Amino acid sequence: MRVPLSWLREYVDLPAGETGRDVAARLVAAGLEVETVEQLGADLKGPLVVGRVLAIEELTGFKKPIRYCQVDVGDANGTGEPQNIVCGARNFAVGDKVVVVLPGAVLPGPFPIAARQTYGKTSEGMICSARELGMGDDHDGIIVLPRETVPGTDAIELLELVDEVLDIAVTPDRGYCLSMRGVAREAATAYGLPLADPALLDVPQANADGYPVRVEDAAGCDRFTARTVSGIEPSAVSPIWMQRRLQKAGMRPVSLTVDVTNYVMLEIGQPLHAYDRSRLAGTVSVRRARAGEKLRTLDGAERALDAGDLLICDESGPIGLAGVMGGASTEIADHAVDAESGQVLGTTDVVIEAAHFDPVSVARTARRHKLSSEAAKRFERGVDPQAAPAAAQRAVDLLVLIAGGTAGGGVTDVVAPQPDRTLAIPADHPDRVAGTVYGRETVTRRLQEVGCSVSGTDVLTVVPPSWRPDLTDPNDLAEEVIRLEGYDNVPSRMPQVPPGRGLTAAQRRLRRVGRALAAAGHVEVQNYPFLGEAAFDALGLDADDPRRTTVKLVNPLNHEEPALRTTLLPGLLATLHRNVSRGSGDVALFETGLVFRPRDERTTAPRPPVDRRPTDEELAALDAALPHQPRRVAVALAGEREPAGWWGQGRPALWADAIEAGRTVARAAGVELIVRQDQHAPWHPGRCAALLVAGADGTERLVGHAGELHPRVVKAMRLPERTCAMEIDLDLLSADGEKPVTAPHVSAYPVATQDVALVVDASVPAADVEAALRAGAGPLLESLRLFDVFTGEQLGEGRKSLAYALRFRAPDRTLTAEEASAARDAAVAEAVARTGAVLRGA
Amino acid sequence: MSAPNKSYDPVEVEALKPEEVERMRDEALAAVAAAGDLDALHAVKVAHTGDRSPLALANREIGALPPHAKADAGKRVGQARGAVNQALARRREELEAERDARVLVEEAVDVTLPYDRAPLGARHPLTTLTELIQDTFTAMGYTVAEGPEVEAEWLNFDALNLGPDHPARTMQDTFWVAAPDGGADSGVVLRTHTSPVQARTMLHGEPPIYVVCPGRTFRTDELDATHTPVFGQVEGLAVDEGITFADLKGTLEHFASAMFGDDLEKRWRPSYFPFTEPSAEIDLQCFVCRGASVGNPDRPCRTCSSEGWIELGGCGVVNPRVLVACGIDPDRYSGFAFGLGLERILMNRSGVEDMRDMVEGDVRFTLPFGMEI
Ligand SMILES: [Zn+2]
Repeated sequence: MRVPLSWLREYVDLPAGETGRDVAARLVAAGLEVETVEQLGADLKGPLVVGRVLAIEELTGFKKPIRYCQVDVGDANGTGEPQNIVCGARNFAVGDKVVVVLPGAVLPGPFPIAARQTYGKTSEGMICSARELGMGDDHDGIIVLPRETVPGTDAIELLELVDEVLDIAVTPDRGYCLSMRGVAREAATAYGLPLADPALLDVPQANADGYPVRVEDAAGCDRFTARTVSGIEPSAVSPIWMQRRLQKAGMRPVSLTVDVTNYVMLEIGQPLHAYDRSRLAGTVSVRRARAGEKLRTLDGAERALDAGDLLICDESGPIGLAGVMGGASTEIADHAVDAESGQVLGTTDVVIEAAHFDPVSVARTARRHKLSSEAAKRFERGVDPQAAPAAAQRAVDLLVLIAGGTAGGGVTDVVAPQPDRTLAIPADHPDRVAGTVYGRETVTRRLQEVGCSVSGTDVLTVVPPSWRPDLTDPNDLAEEVIRLEGYDNVPSRMPQVPPGRGLTAAQRRLRRVGRALAAAGHVEVQNYPFLGEAAFDALGLDADDPRRTTVKLVNPLNHEEPALRTTLLPGLLATLHRNVSRGSGDVALFETGLVFRPRDERTTAPRPPVDRRPTDEELAALDAALPHQPRRVAVALAGEREPAGWWGQGRPALWADAIEAGRTVARAAGVELIVRQDQHAPWHPGRCAALLVAGADGTERLVGHAGELHPRVVKAMRLPERTCAMEIDLDLLSADGEKPVTAPHVSAYPVATQDVALVVDASVPAADVEAALRAGAGPLLESLRLFDVFTGEQLGEGRKSLAYALRFRAPDRTLTAEEASAARDAAVAEAVARTGAVLRGA
Repeated sequence: MSAPNKSYDPVEVEALKPEEVERMRDEALAAVAAAGDLDALHAVKVAHTGDRSPLALANREIGALPPHAKADAGKRVGQARGAVNQALARRREELEAERDARVLVEEAVDVTLPYDRAPLGARHPLTTLTELIQDTFTAMGYTVAEGPEVEAEWLNFDALNLGPDHPARTMQDTFWVAAPDGGADSGVVLRTHTSPVQARTMLHGEPPIYVVCPGRTFRTDELDATHTPVFGQVEGLAVDEGITFADLKGTLEHFASAMFGDDLEKRWRPSYFPFTEPSAEIDLQCFVCRGASVGNPDRPCRTCSSEGWIELGGCGVVNPRVLVACGIDPDRYSGFAFGLGLERILMNRSGVEDMRDMVEGDVRFTLPFGMEI
């Protein structure tokens, strides 16, 4: 809602020096979201005056037609002589009144005006367009003023060019503030001043002579007021003051009748609709749409109606979507002159509708037809049902006053019984909500200022005003009291929070994982979870890969990406690509986040009632409709893991770095990772590790994969060669929880070191050899480390040598050489037995 | 060693004469002094203190002397050997110091050489900011609650007093999840706020409840400099006996002071959220201009758009209707709730000018944030 300060002052006698910013601060404190205070004409400086065009000379020989005009500006130029002005616009004629800016003035921009040579003439100023004056961006044509304006009159004042406009974002509970009346009420309360309520009008009693109206759906329309005006002069235009107020409020002046309905809507908040009476067929009725009905709305769209749509109809059928938009068939006709007959065309007789519609019905219809209108916006948020007769009266008055119309004597007012909105609240309820003491008197006074009628002592009986349909609950009334007393005046207090237990184990674990990966040189990213089939194709997933089964969105931002991720890799690799393309070629990224895997059995979620807690079954049904949402961590690496430098060679990021990232995650999570050879898209079939953990019951479970990406994936995603990646399901990884670490016994006896080199088939995983050595070595083995892998001719084709350093130590004695050797021999024997290893050099 | 009292040997006796011992000693000392490096000194040591050195040989003869002469000669030879050993040790020290001085100079390096060998990592500032906020509240005794990002419509809207026709529901620009048949009536959405986590906490717990709910949320805004369809929130909820608006004020003011310092003014404005009544917004004085930019075109402030205030978040007293839907007795308990937008806090706190920087994952943006914010 755009509120011109000059207009606001018509209803509240604000202190003279009060600026828009001052008023905004008061309104903000009262709960209105004043987004901006616009300064209209702040950099405008006169002389800017009314001129009368005396003569026009058409200049030719230029790229466009140019006019050289003589304009009478009265005494405004100090001489009384006509001003000579060059003008490029053509929408005016000799005798028209226009706005002239004289040399020395400054137009908004700022744009100083001086006499200047142009098109071979001296132009002593300009004839102004609305745009040049900052009145709106509608058109470039110059302003033609009403005939009665007098040359020489100050146009800054005439056109109310200097003003302040408060732009207020009206929250859904404050529909009444979509009107000058509502904002003025808040301003009056904030300043403690009386309100001149524009809806306080003398309205004649309803009578039987009014335009016939039949409401068939009282639930959808609980009030329908209709008035008639006849004999409107079709050529009458809206007065400048009305046009300016509409413009400042953000609406475009259209035609007098439409402007009047818009003006009254802005003033009182009641949307009005004007029908051309000559185009109405008989009784107007309000009903729901029937199957197959259609309506062409004012915006020209032909709309197939839904049975839920509330309609305004006449005997010809639908003529409007109630409270949303009128129909084209009964539209007010613009003033025009028929070229052949010279007959003056245009609406002369109108029926004014001021009705009250069910907010939900209007909202649904507006949403269904994707049709937002000023009327719908107001009805959805709640319009004062008691304001309808006054609003209709106001429109009638204006049409009579401005357009020379005659008010019809008939007054239609179909009213359904209004529900009882009486509330009872303990007088100290606002105190208990706020945590302070206002006292009954203050509570009563504040509620009365809001417009409630209040009675009672310990328990207050409160009837909210008709314009506040949002006041339905005791807390709504508490809020009114607290906001008017000032939120800043509520004391600050700390609640007595019971002792907490800090973060959960899972929360601490997630932090550790993030810190460990960052400490190991990975940079965290947070990608959007949206993707499409193309992402899976790029990863080379099989057609039946479960990762292709996704949760889909009805309304994705990008139709190429309608699904939610089932793996973190597409987003992560895309970000890696972005970094590489921006010149960061050596890059290691990680992300933690949820992935979304549909359940085998997919259901829709119920919508239980809200007047009670859902049953446990209902809650279970809610959760059953949601996909699995496990938390994952993924890493992607490319380029050099370590750069070359004065210290020596660099080192490219390897498959092993990806697997090591997995180990880093597992260590941070307090879990030991088991690595096995695997083949799994999108990884290189020979460089892919399955990552597993041993469960509490001893069974192993797969938690993720790591390694170098498949060259085809690298190519498809335009990644650097040998890009590596890792992805782990953190929930699976940590499914067994964490046990406290059992401290090892640290022996102070000397260590006995034994090295062994074992030759095995190249296909034998090192992990198997190591496992065998550990198993065979027994409890004396303190540690074991693979320090060399060697292949060569002397080993034979398809063989490799693995060299291990074994460290033996006893907790209670110095080991003899024989004991250490025996343990080593046992380790080797187990490796021989399990893996077919041959002790090298033996 | 010779056996005692062997046959008389004039040479051996000669070696134990005082002047002869002195000569041997002086010779040794001179050789020590002349040793120019540690290798030479080692040779001197072997020559003059080794098994075959004159003093060692002389020492060997002491046992052959008559008893009355033994003590005298032993003392003489012992003193001489001591003097030589002392000189050797001193000279070794000198030579080692010389060598060290030389070698250490030779080993000098340019310590200003860069050593960017180990790759640097960093955590996303939105992650660390979330943690900082969580920690501020856990220090007050709150626990951290989490919930699904794909959420039931009922929990995201209905339970929070956002009925199907509530005007605020259309404001929220929700991503709807397709039903099994592809239709729109799945009853499942991408959560538009983390409030459903609060609802879940109430549905499955008992007051007193003091939780913060961090997480990702989703609305159908296109990404631009100031909007992102995926954004972070931290919401909080307190439900207990006697909770009031004053408790909310105290809590959020404490939080604001902890995050931004004690010296900034706070402003409370009425607002509207369906799930709270009364509802409020808390603004923080702009910490860049401290309000000096307001109405002062010569000193515009980008951080607060010259408004003087920065919106910190929305909050309010939990609407009793929400308590009812979540199974909490509104006659016994009341509560407050608040929501903080992470991106906006980060933009303000760290001067991030473009939302896209927080979204695109450019390492140049993230690296300077390091491990904590
Ligand atoms: Zn500022």
